[in-house]
Amino acid sequence: MKLHTIHLNVNDEEQKVTVRSGDTLLYTIREQLGLTGAKPGCLNGDCGACTIQVDGWPMKSCLMMAVEAEGKQITTIEGLNNTPIQEAFVHHFAFQCGYCTPGFIMNGHSLIEKKPDADDSTIKEWLESNICRCTSYIEIEKAIKFILDKNKPTS
Amino acid sequence: MLPFGFDYYRPKSLEEAVTRFQQADQSLKEPMYFSGATEFLTLGRINQVYTEAAIDLKGLSEGKIIQFDQGYLVLGANLTLTEIEEANVFPLLTSTSKEIADHTARGKITLGGNICGQIFYREAVLPLLLADSQMVMVGPEGIKVKPIHEIFHERLLLQRGEYLIQVATESRYLDAPFISIKRRQQWETGYPLITIAALIMENKLRVAISGLCPFPFRSKEMEGALNNLEVSPQERIQNALASIPGPILHDVEGSSDYRLFVLENLLVDVCEALKFGERE
Repeated sequence: MKLHTIHLNVNDEEQKVTVRSGDTLLYTIREQLGLTGAKPGCLNGDCGACTIQVDGWPMKSCLMMAVEAEGKQITTIEGLNNTPIQEAFVHHFAFQCGYCTPGFIMNGHSLIEKKPDADDSTIKEWLESNICRCTSYIEIEKAIKFILDKNKPTS
Repeated sequence: MLPFGFDYYRPKSLEEAVTRFQQADQSLKEPMYFSGATEFLTLGRINQVYTEAAIDLKGLSEGKIIQFDQGYLVLGANLTLTEIEEANVFPLLTSTSKEIADHTARGKITLGGNICGQIFYREAVLPLLLADSQMVMVGPEGIKVKPIHEIFHERLLLQRGEYLIQVATESRYLDAPFISIKRRQQWETGYPLITIAALIMENKLRVAISGLCPFPFRSKEMEGALNNLEVSPQERIQNALASIPGPILHDVEGSSDYRLFVLENLLVDVCEALKFGERE
């Protein structure tokens, strides 16, 4: 068994964990750190349910090993605290069963931070990374656009 | 999560990476290099990839550069596709890369990983084939620079212990007229049916294709047919279709007949978009 003791910065807290080299970041943050907001879905990089932020960019945590994440700033859904996008999801009913919601919120939150001037095609391009089996896509897009519009400076 | 254990190394120098590989090789650990590690994780979890020594190239600064040097654009092989898109210094490469996987995944997939991957689409190589790029590799014999047409035949022909670290492309190719089109079986995500990239250089049309055969390619014979302006546009395309350099895929994404139909239409679209071969 190949074990590594590493330090992860998760939600602005330093965490020391011992992981197998083949452990995904998703597995580590859920099973070792108890942060179960990132959801296991396909475990193959297709569905986006496990999306978190790494250095401010969205990342499918099933596509990253914990050993790769050392030295990175990791943010999970638990690290957000009443951000505008979370409120917008509630306001716009942008979920049904809720399983995909943390992934969509982390992706949307990253989009709002990285691309405040995102046009429709950019929003579509980013959101294609996540799947919602309840098909709440229209409401999710509305929630994200609501925040993007709200953040635009008024002339 | 991977079902097997392995030693994990993140070398800080080109030489250290090679040394790690050689040491692990001598210990019969079936070492492998990776950078983005997306394919390592997705294929490893279903036992289609195995190693006892993984050498992560992400720590190599030479693999992260974007710079212009003596008339060449040099791109590090460890750049993620998102970093390439954001920099947008090679618009054809941006355009082709933007269609690979999905936006979030492209933040992890690297240029070198896509080109050297096992999954045969390897679409990021298409612009490099069209632009006669130079491939910079590191291995037991040091650093080698080779024209892509010498070293890429269906896949990058790396020697044991070698890895791709940079690609260099002459600046004159960066602003040549181009188009890149990806056709999928349906909708806008998923594996490609066919991806085609094309550019015009010195009034000649160049095309490179992925998803048609079980490897990406640029065919001189197909280009010869497409550039024969003595015959009608329809005849050019039929002659090009007769020069496909390998078996045509026939799988769940599409039958071989359907792929040929899609390719024929793609070639028409490419010529129209680039206004190539239009009669006065």
